[in-house]
Amino acid sequence: MLLIECPHCGPRNGTEFTYSGKIQPRPVMKGSDFEARAEWRRYLYEEDNFAGFAKERWFHGNGCRKFLDIERHSVTNEISSVSPAGEAS
Amino acid sequence: MGKSYEHADAAPKTRVSRIRLPTIHDQGTHLPTSKVPLRIPAGRKFSALSLVRKGMTGGDWPLVWRHHELAPTYDVVIVGGGLHGLATAHYLAQNHGIANVAVIEKSYIGSGGSGRNTAIIRSNYLTPEGVAFYNRSVQLFEQLSQDLNFNVMFEQRGHMTLAHSDASLRTMRWRAEVNKVQGIDSQVIDPDEIAKLVPLMDVSANTRYPILGALWHPPGGIARHDAVVWTYARSADAAGVHLHMNTEVTGIEVKGDQVIGVQTSRGDISTPIVINCTAGWSSIISDMAGVKMPIHTRPLQAAVTEPVKAFLDPVIVSGSLHVYVSQTARGELVFGAATDPFASYSTRGSLEFIESLAGHVLQLMPSLAKMRLLRQWAGLCDMTPDFSPIIGPTPVGGFYVDVGWGTYGFKAGPVAGEQTAEAVATGRIPELIKAFQLDRFEKGALTGEKGAAAVGH
Repeated sequence: MLLIECPHCGPRNGTEFTYSGKIQPRPVMKGSDFEARAEWRRYLYEEDNFAGFAKERWFHGNGCRKFLDIERHSVTNEISSVSPAGEAS
Repeated sequence: MGKSYEHADAAPKTRVSRIRLPTIHDQGTHLPTSKVPLRIPAGRKFSALSLVRKGMTGGDWPLVWRHHELAPTYDVVIVGGGLHGLATAHYLAQNHGIANVAVIEKSYIGSGGSGRNTAIIRSNYLTPEGVAFYNRSVQLFEQLSQDLNFNVMFEQRGHMTLAHSDASLRTMRWRAEVNKVQGIDSQVIDPDEIAKLVPLMDVSANTRYPILGALWHPPGGIARHDAVVWTYARSADAAGVHLHMNTEVTGIEVKGDQVIGVQTSRGDISTPIVINCTAGWSSIISDMAGVKMPIHTRPLQAAVTEPVKAFLDPVIVSGSLHVYVSQTARGELVFGAATDPFASYSTRGSLEFIESLAGHVLQLMPSLAKMRLLRQWAGLCDMTPDFSPIIGPTPVGGFYVDVGWGTYGFKAGPVAGEQTAEAVATGRIPELIKAFQLDRFEKGALTGEKGAAAVGH
């Protein structure tokens, strides 16, 4: 069970939020050569899956309906920072 | 145009058999679980006679597996002492004569997914590759107790996947046809037949999600999951494989693009072949060898009730309600659910899960309202983008994987072990796992398994 400190709404139950994956840099489109395609495949399929703090994007669907950047520990579920999406915390 | 799919009445009236129809593997061909029959030393064999004798004399049972010191070198090192790792070790020794093998487990045997699953076995998948693969596993399960001299309590009570919408009924028909082509007993049945098989089921039209029909798969069933792990541990040990418990792999040594050794908490091992048979931690182990896996790990929660009299024969699954229910031989109801809605390595249960699970089970069988839950737990599911596993070689020479077991790892244990062992021993990729190679993500040739129980998708 998660308690997420939403910067807009305050502390809210984790069930109000939707997880939408880790934040990974999106490859820049460089034409259609093989290298660029391989890079896109890696971006699509190979999400980082380590044990530790990871930056993730969440959506507060049952609240302010804003996207958030959350740093969460993947083993303990401890949340170290929450900030509006795209803004450095 | 005939009748549309809009009504359950449109479902063909087929005979519901409680007795399994003969399938391909019943027609006179006994497919042995291993190429060489297993030899358990005389004093360690289980039989009715030994049961009576030990019961009368109070004698000690032999250890199921022995303790060994870590050797400095092995032909093959298997990371992960669960069902997949032990089955791989067993088939390497039995089918291919490779017995200088170590199985490294960081906790105790069967402490991960092997001890946390809901023990369901079936082969009514949706892709032809998946059906053939899991059907081989059902065949192996059918002969496991006999061939390995250990009762795994495999009971083929039937597996029923409920359809609550026209769309899912259509998928059930599709699955039934894919299954029948491969000789697997699988058919769509209507609510009357469901009520006959499971009298407590609420098949009325007055529920939030009325039951329109079901995919009925008589060869499906459940087994005692710990026993399956123990039988492979016992037979691997008897063949000379070393099982190292409480030994954690801390690193994999790669020179050039070839594996040369493994570092563990109890010392280093040099080996030309490492097989990653972990679940939950598979991307972390693969990262040690420098191989990136297209996997994200999510917990899946399950729960069990207090034991009651036997009343539920088949395994019930509802994709729409995110729940599956079966009754163990001990009388407990085992419930499983969808994976948690976010990636995590945490194996703690949550209240939301219990609330939604109880609601959904009661919707199917309202008369269970007074049953009490005994405990809940979570296991880790390694979800791949296409709900199929990843079995076979990787770009690093000597580093093999048998990973990506989302919600289908237990039922595939025997076949995955058998096929992984064959791939490692022969250097060729067996037909059954050709569709499950790591390079399918590079090629864009995914094996989309929509028949997986990863109910949340």
